Amino acid sequence: MTVLDIVFWLLAVISIGAALAVVFLQNIFRAALFLVLCFFAVAGLFITLQADFLAVAQVLIYVGAISILIILAIMLTREMWRGNPGGRFQLPAFIIALGLFGVMVWAVINTSWQISAELPLVPTTAAIGSRLFGEGGLLLPLEIAAVLLLAAILGAIVLVREK
Amino acid sequence: MTLIGQFRDWLINFMPEWAAYIVAFLVGVVAIIAFVLVMIIVFIYLERRLIGRFQVRLGPNRCGPEGIFQLIADSIKLLTKEDIVPAKGDFWVHFLAPIVTFAPALMVFAVVPFHKGVVLTDLDVGILYVVAISSISVVGIYMAGWGSNNKYSLIAALRAVAQAISYELPVVMAAVGVILIAGSLSLSKIVEAQTIPFFLLQPLGFFIFLLGSMAEINRSPFDLLEAESEIVTGYNMEYSGMKFGLLYLSEYGHTLAASCIITTLFLGGWQGPLLPPFLWFLIKVLLVFFVFLWVRSTVPRLRVDQLMAFAWKCLLPMALINLLLIGAQVLWFPKALPWGMMVVNFAVAGILILLWSRLFALGGGRVEV
Repeated sequence: MTVLDIVFWLLAVISIGAALAVVFLQNIFRAALFLVLCFFAVAGLFITLQADFLAVAQVLIYVGAISILIILAIMLTREMWRGNPGGRFQLPAFIIALGLFGVMVWAVINTSWQISAELPLVPTTAAIGSRLFGEGGLLLPLEIAAVLLLAAILGAIVLVREK
Repeated sequence: MTLIGQFRDWLINFMPEWAAYIVAFLVGVVAIIAFVLVMIIVFIYLERRLIGRFQVRLGPNRCGPEGIFQLIADSIKLLTKEDIVPAKGDFWVHFLAPIVTFAPALMVFAVVPFHKGVVLTDLDVGILYVVAISSISVVGIYMAGWGSNNKYSLIAALRAVAQAISYELPVVMAAVGVILIAGSLSLSKIVEAQTIPFFLLQPLGFFIFLLGSMAEINRSPFDLLEAESEIVTGYNMEYSGMKFGLLYLSEYGHTLAASCIITTLFLGGWQGPLLPPFLWFLIKVLLVFFVFLWVRSTVPRLRVDQLMAFAWKCLLPMALINLLLIGAQVLWFPKALPWGMMVVNFAVAGILILLWSRLFALGGGRVEV
């Protein structure tokens, strides 16, 4: 067992444990904090795969922005001090989640993963940049996504603006 | 090869490889923590004395020669105080909040180059790492506000988050201008690219980054969430003892981190003539901190709507224009980079700042939201 294996198992246990805590905790604020921990562990997994840009982007976007938004949304929830009570849909939701989990496990096991013996590119940022913005890259989808986000922001402003 | 790497290679002669890795890394980490803590002590001392000078009073000068032991006395006071946790607060969130707030301030220094090759890890995504890590401390502030189970703490924390998120955008966009000229995200490479310090090449970006950083670390005139002259202080209200001390330290830790990042991105880092590089780095960091103090003691505090308007209507458009300008210059006139760029950018910065100050002067200085 190499150091990398130990780190992988440590991060895997942390991320799955945190994810379970998000689902099972009654206290929503603590659940959101465990979500932050989960995102962090996933960023750690990216680092073990030498995907440094991806890891930093994970922390920047998910920990720095998404989780903050989630916490803000929690603050705006009515009667949040009641926590996270179980509803009528507990059993159906559990069955659907179990089915989804089964599909994902089946997909992971039955995919023939391509493994390359090549060393990862260093630095990764230049390669990602030229793939996204270079010749024959993904420039159009990227720009469409940007326009979509802008439209969403403008829509949100229009919705909440006082008359 | 970094200094840590050389140290590790030397250690391998005496011990197995894994032990050499761990020992070299631990030495580096301890050195950085020592640097940060010593600099925080210097900062707090300087702040109290210099603000005293600015306000035509003495400042703490009784404890030891020129009051240098005042901070040690204060720390002992903090350490021996009772640690109070609100009865209906969330104990674990309350307990972890100061740690989550302080740790990012320390982690930023892992990529700051103090000298050529003197850096803990020279990450290829250095500046992005700094931005990402420093955004975590917002979560800590949130936890402090929530765990205290106090509505004033919570409101202060919400304000802090709104402020930090608003000012993150112009700061990052100003940093992108630096990355465009330097051609790398690594902080060491950015420093080496600065034969002319970048604040001369893109003054507008420098001002935006400086102001945005001041807002992000909640220094005056942007210190709405602390507002020490009001009745309550803010998210740290329910804290006492060393937990409060840690929150206090983390404010200065973030200030130090911001000073170091501004020095690295815009003032040429450790580069400079005659004096040894590390000394240059320290001088520049202290200079940036002095500017922070100067602004703090000169400018009155902004109102909350002015604060938001300043971020969204003033800094963000200017950061976008700056980014467009730098991008066009790097793309189309790479030959004219040093001198032509300097003249053009200073002119543009002057015009834009004048223009925006005129816009804000409308309505007798009041800002509508």
